[in-house]
Amino acid sequence: MAQLNREEEWAALMQAAIGGDESAYRRLLDQLSRSLRAATRRGFAQFGAAMNDVEDVVQDTLLAIHLKRHTWDQSQPLGPWVRAIARHKLIDSLRRRGRRVEVPIDLVLDLLPAEELRSDLDRQDAERLINELNGRQQTIVRSISVEGNSIRDVAEKLGMNEGAVRVALHRGLKALAAIHRKGDGE
Amino acid sequence: MKTDDLIAALAADAKSVSSPIGRTLALAVIGGAVGAAILFAIMLGMRADVVSSLSSPRFLFKFVFTLSLLGSALGLMWNVARPGAIPIGWLLALAAVPVLLAAGSIAEMLTVPAAEWGRRLTGANASMCVVLIPILSALPFAALLLALRRGAPSHPMLAGAVAGLVSAGIGATLYATHCPDDSPFFVATWYVIAAAFMAMLGAAIGERFLRW
Repeated sequence: MAQLNREEEWAALMQAAIGGDESAYRRLLDQLSRSLRAATRRGFAQFGAAMNDVEDVVQDTLLAIHLKRHTWDQSQPLGPWVRAIARHKLIDSLRRRGRRVEVPIDLVLDLLPAEELRSDLDRQDAERLINELNGRQQTIVRSISVEGNSIRDVAEKLGMNEGAVRVALHRGLKALAAIHRKGDGE
Repeated sequence: MKTDDLIAALAADAKSVSSPIGRTLALAVIGGAVGAAILFAIMLGMRADVVSSLSSPRFLFKFVFTLSLLGSALGLMWNVARPGAIPIGWLLALAAVPVLLAAGSIAEMLTVPAAEWGRRLTGANASMCVVLIPILSALPFAALLLALRRGAPSHPMLAGAVAGLVSAGIGATLYATHCPDDSPFFVATWYVIAAAFMAMLGAAIGERFLRW
């Protein structure tokens, strides 16, 4: 019952997000990130992969959810769609880390909020990724994410118009996803 | 960057959402088909007896084949463009297409003396068929691959193969109105070779091009 409610809540939040509601979107991504973290940890444990890459996969998955959200069929629940993306990214990352993944992974995505699992080790890799962005994209992505500025603030500070900042942010996020995809096989 | 920081950036980018993948695919199918039809009109055109052929079951059977290939591949494509499981129903629908061809070929065997079979199989235009169907498929094929790249296929190779089949379905439907060979033997051989070629080409390209 709780699960069903959560499914509906997720779908409603994503619908609002697609309509441009930033705070609904932030709430959804926050909830999803917790579920994804727990699911990815279980996936890594199943294949004996080092836990310090978990956060990298979570971020890769969140980026994919973001960049592919127009592939969600709004008449369907959100959970299976998220799970399929998470599974895809998990398998991808395990393969890149040299794990043989032939058995289909049955990824269980907790619909209930998971407790916070996080370690500072998780962050190093992600920090390296943002450094690979080109100058302007890096400035803008870092300013909005790490420093928590709004688009308007950034536009003012850089003497750009807001539209240009939005475009650069979107391109920066796409570039981040591409950097993830490229991977480095460690 | 902490994950919470990434989420802040993603939320700030909330308004960047692209048009739904279904619409992108529909535009690619329509645009590709129109392009292929124009190319067909310039290059080949329909055969002279196309109207009187409408009463020929062999002529009509060609379209039973090409349109069922097109329809089932389209249904499959709409699903493989999104992340998730492959829908078994559409796979079965696609698998029914060769069964249909086998049934048509059996009917041909029963109605045509065996001495005729070889000539019907080779037809007048076998090599043209194998070359022209892929040429007519090229535009929809390119449009569909670009559209699928905006999707998120869990199986990029399969998605590419399906794009190949959809475009072969379009190319073959057009070509069938030009091609003088109507025997199911001919269709089951040369049309199938052309479609299989497009599917393999799509799989080979899709494996890399459709990764995400």
